Amino acid sequence: MIAHAIVFYIFSLIAIVSAIMVTVSKNTVNSVFFLILDFISISCLFIMIGAEFLGMIMLIVYVGAVAVLFLFVVMMLNVAQQKNEWFNSSGRSSHIPIGLLVSIIIFFELIIVIGGWKYKPDLLDSIAIEINTDLTNTQSLGSVIYTDYIHLFQLSGMVLLVAMIGAIVLTFRQRSGVKRQSYFKQISRDRKDGIELVDVENNKGVKIDA
Amino acid sequence: MAELFIFFEQIYRILFLLIPVLVSVAMIVWLDRRVWAFVQKRRGPNVVGPFGLFQTLADALKYIFKEIIIPASSNKAIFILAPIVTMTLALIAWAVIPFSETFVLADINVGILYLFAVSSLGVYGIIMGGWASNSKYPFLGAIRSAAQMVSYEVSIGVIIINVLLCVGSLNLSDIVLAQKDIWFVIPLFPMFIIFFISALAETNRPPFDLPEAEAELVAGYQTEYSGMMYAMFWLGEYANILLMCAMGSILFLGGWLSPIDLFPFNVIPAPIWLILKILFLFILFALIKAIVPRYRYDQLMKLGWKIFLPLSLIYVVLTASFLMYFDLLPVN
Repeated sequence: MIAHAIVFYIFSLIAIVSAIMVTVSKNTVNSVFFLILDFISISCLFIMIGAEFLGMIMLIVYVGAVAVLFLFVVMMLNVAQQKNEWFNSSGRSSHIPIGLLVSIIIFFELIIVIGGWKYKPDLLDSIAIEINTDLTNTQSLGSVIYTDYIHLFQLSGMVLLVAMIGAIVLTFRQRSGVKRQSYFKQISRDRKDGIELVDVENNKGVKIDA
Repeated sequence: MAELFIFFEQIYRILFLLIPVLVSVAMIVWLDRRVWAFVQKRRGPNVVGPFGLFQTLADALKYIFKEIIIPASSNKAIFILAPIVTMTLALIAWAVIPFSETFVLADINVGILYLFAVSSLGVYGIIMGGWASNSKYPFLGAIRSAAQMVSYEVSIGVIIINVLLCVGSLNLSDIVLAQKDIWFVIPLFPMFIIFFISALAETNRPPFDLPEAEAELVAGYQTEYSGMMYAMFWLGEYANILLMCAMGSILFLGGWLSPIDLFPFNVIPAPIWLILKILFLFILFALIKAIVPRYRYDQLMKLGWKIFLPLSLIYVVLTASFLMYFDLLPVN
């Protein structure tokens, strides 16, 4: 049990320190790398409490896909410069009120969560779903999500679909004058369409692209 | 005292797995070059040791004694971290590979997800290396590679779902044991082909080696690396290729199972079968490197998103409805 506690504290320490470093470090790319470290240590914590499916999905989705795209954007857009300008400028920024509002809301949410800890035993009694400890948590998750909560599950899928279509609509633009390759056209060309034999008259030449 | 004993036993077991993997990575580089050479009617490395087997060791020795150059304008911490990340990620995935029913380092419930997660993390070594070098070609290579790996991961994930539908478990040993009657390569043959091609793209092998296309990008993300750090990238890359071959043989070729349960075949120990299957897939990898020209980048993306993803999604629907209709769904 002691080894378990030591490992838990190591991971949580890494998670907290890297979360602080995300906001503190001046280089934005470093911030993203710290964010990735944070994700990884949190998924390790998930695995430690026995939620191995959640931990692995966290790794695959957040670290394997989301953070890669994040890193992409940060590397391409040169956010670092903007951030430094913002830090060094003496004028007041318009971002402060919004940031303050968000952080106050997060602070109250945290208070509610930590306050709810006190009622944990009562909440555990009121859980309607029976937890079968013989099943792996992948199986028990599946048996709940695809039966009792199927509508919510489908609904969240719809939300993601709408977001995806929205992103495509926002970024889609029809460009003119782009030459596209069509494999079928290329393959279905035969000698007749490609080659034409012409008797060229002297000093007249041939008309191309007629 | 007992804990200490367990600790040392685990370390012994890890070394017993890692050292053979590293040695076979060295041998596999030799095999790759040999196959490549034979296809092109050359001899390949044949001077150092018998059949040139020690060529890779000689190369490694050369890399060790070379100077490590760190560019002045690079981000030094990340520059040094990148090859370490690549190598570590390529090696930790071997922990869950089952070599036989008992010979597996960590028989975890979500083995296939772990493999998938580790292989999707592999992209970080490349992005970090490309970005930290702070020069044009490595950065272009890194971006190409990231886009390519993220795209092909999607189709690999969907293909894994196909296999999991037939197995009903995420455990790798269960996946192998489910193939006792018939290897999944037969009912899921189209998926095996798509998995194989996606694995080529995922490991940046030719014909999808655009991240290090030497004609356009010098050496891609590895351009600024030298000495041992380059060698680590290179080892990690080959360890990843071996890992993908192992994943392919576990998902489709029945892992450690022998092809037929008859006398001359079932005496051969289980790990030998897995190794033979990995070697078979690797020789296919090497042959493809020799005979197929490099893809263009837009063709690569088109293949991933517009052909492989819809095809494997359709196959998921087909597999699921087939299993449902004939009441073959694995329920436990």
